[in-house]
Amino acid sequence: MEKKYTIPIGPVHVGLKEPITAWLDLEGEKIVGATVRPGAIHRGIEFMARDRNPIQVIYLSERICGICSFAHVIAFLRAVEDASDYPVPIRAQYIRALVLELERLHSHILWAGVACYSIGFDSAFHLGMVLREKVMDVLEALSGNRVNYGVATVGGVRWDITPEVGKAVREMVKFYRAEFGVFYDVVTADHIAKARMRNVGVLTAEEAVRYNAVGPTARASGIRCDIREMSPYEAYADFNVKAIVPQDYYGKAYGDVFDRFLVRVLEVQQSLNIVERIMEGLPEGDIVHEKNLNKVLATLKKAEGTGLGIIEAPRGDDTHVVHLKAGDENVNWWKVRAPTYANAVSWPLMFRNNELADAPLIINSIDPCISCMERMLVTDTASGGRKVVTRAELLEMSREKTRRLMQK
Amino acid sequence: MIAIVMRLIAGTALMLLVVVLAFLYDGADRIISARMQRRLGPPLLQPFLDLLKLLGKENIVPRRAVPWAFNGAPWVAAASMILVFLYIPIGSLPPVLGTHGDLILILYLLGLSGVAMAVGGFASGNPIANVGAQREMILMMSYELPLAVVAATLAWMAHKTGMPGDPFNLETFAGMSVWSVTGKVGFIGMLCLLIALVLVVPGETGKGPMDIPEAKTEILDGLIIEYSGRNLAMFKITFALRALALSALIVVLFFPWSPGPFLRLGGIFLFAFDFLWFWVKVFVVQVFVVTLMRTAFGRFKIWQASEFYLIKVAGLSIAGMILASLDLLM
Repeated sequence: MEKKYTIPIGPVHVGLKEPITAWLDLEGEKIVGATVRPGAIHRGIEFMARDRNPIQVIYLSERICGICSFAHVIAFLRAVEDASDYPVPIRAQYIRALVLELERLHSHILWAGVACYSIGFDSAFHLGMVLREKVMDVLEALSGNRVNYGVATVGGVRWDITPEVGKAVREMVKFYRAEFGVFYDVVTADHIAKARMRNVGVLTAEEAVRYNAVGPTARASGIRCDIREMSPYEAYADFNVKAIVPQDYYGKAYGDVFDRFLVRVLEVQQSLNIVERIMEGLPEGDIVHEKNLNKVLATLKKAEGTGLGIIEAPRGDDTHVVHLKAGDENVNWWKVRAPTYANAVSWPLMFRNNELADAPLIINSIDPCISCMERMLVTDTASGGRKVVTRAELLEMSREKTRRLMQK
Repeated sequence: MIAIVMRLIAGTALMLLVVVLAFLYDGADRIISARMQRRLGPPLLQPFLDLLKLLGKENIVPRRAVPWAFNGAPWVAAASMILVFLYIPIGSLPPVLGTHGDLILILYLLGLSGVAMAVGGFASGNPIANVGAQREMILMMSYELPLAVVAATLAWMAHKTGMPGDPFNLETFAGMSVWSVTGKVGFIGMLCLLIALVLVVPGETGKGPMDIPEAKTEILDGLIIEYSGRNLAMFKITFALRALALSALIVVLFFPWSPGPFLRLGGIFLFAFDFLWFWVKVFVVQVFVVTLMRTAFGRFKIWQASEFYLIKVAGLSIAGMILASLDLLM
């Protein structure tokens, strides 16, 4: 029998974009056990939100994540608008859907590049970085920013689509139609890429349902779930979006990394179609229900209730729940469940019977967004138990640690 | 006595020259690869700057390492690679130590440098380096078979067709093109051997798609993870020299032609021209077998690479051997 040893992937690792640790038990190159330990970048954003009013929290929620920042904003705003029954003009809904799709393009192209990097295919990685610039340029033309756009506000959006922006978007669609084919070729034609991704990190359809996978991860396992199809929000009901599942294209869903790559590449094409249709059918009208922020805040202050916002972020279902209390200007409480939180549970299953060489690829295959995910309460993984630490206990523990550090 | 002194001087000059050339070609390799990826790439002299920087850095030996093996391995690896060039004829110049070693010795020196790297990885006491060293050993065992078949077939060809000189000595192949002695069937056989040798190069040089022992995104540069400072500089030299040595070997074995005689050059000019022409050929070969290959493909997994070498490339080289034998029998 071979000697077993444990190797950490992370918390800081070349193949990973964000800090997460996977302790892998290895026999030779084979993975026989895996423990995933998150917790490196918990920032307590939800707690910070309790000192801020909903308009301020918009910009806070944008900083939950770097890539799906707009998805978090829309999920948060939909929750606030749901709690206070706030109307949104139709043109604003279209613009929101447009930016959501642009963000999906951004996220998926970046992911495709990073996945290629994980298998040592640096040329495709650099190509992905080049392609990604184009959508960022369009977002910059629209909002003036490339990562955190600051586009949405309560009851609408802040920036309108001018003819110049419209032209930039159309150019971008044409550019991607011409250039994105390379990634499609990586999926279907490159033998090494196929050898690296086929039957790696398999998650079967039953497991995807049982372990609550969402978004492209679930769709790659053959589950038709896309919130844009099942429960359309914003302007999506007008476009008749259909969930993309691999069995429609290859006859069978394997649920491996290859299928996840395929689903994302096909979703880029789908997003391009949606963007085109949004630009065709953009209705005239106001872009925001009420421009005066003081009036908006006054309305929100009177509102009482819990609102729910669920949208299809690039990585899966992004759920925000917000409670507003009448007479209280600040957000009473706010809960975020980012898609990675649901998908990360499947990691240990995906590691089964794979090799060390596959580990970073498998971690990346669900497109993890660790900073999105890390907002749970304190759990004690060391003893296997799980308990919530109260504020007083935490304070005492912190003081004790400070004392310990000072003694050294 | 004078002959020995001459050899010492020539050998030292050659060693310095190949190190400089290896780094220049490495810089060019990085620029060409970058241009193919729509990047600008580093300046041509970047490898030299990296080397200078590394030589000035602290040399850290991990607490759990075996110091003598950890520190010795990079030197053995670099020294054995640099020795290879003393046995390779450059243009129409005979190798410096030509009469003291042949193709088999070169293969062993290449192997020794790989083993030294693996020893360094095992000695560094890091589990990730351990994985990298295991991969290096597996990879070596995989590509040795096609490499040995290529070498043996070529020597047998040289022996049977009566090429002048010792069949295992590289000067034999440098003096007379191996393509000129084969028939039609043998030509196809030689082509198979050439392709097999080209496919062995990525494994031997540790460049993509066979950069498995040093896979950055998997095992964080694998067996060189713990190396720093002077030791890492030695490994950088080793990597650059490996690419150069393998390209030079391909040139000597398969592309010995030179337009020198047609230009009616004579005496010292012919030697000088052939010398420069040789390095031009090496550069072209290196661009094709190292730069293009590493830019165009992703990375294999170790068992896939092993299968690739032991079944596909070995099959190709054995097919080359059979075709060459058929040619000789006919």
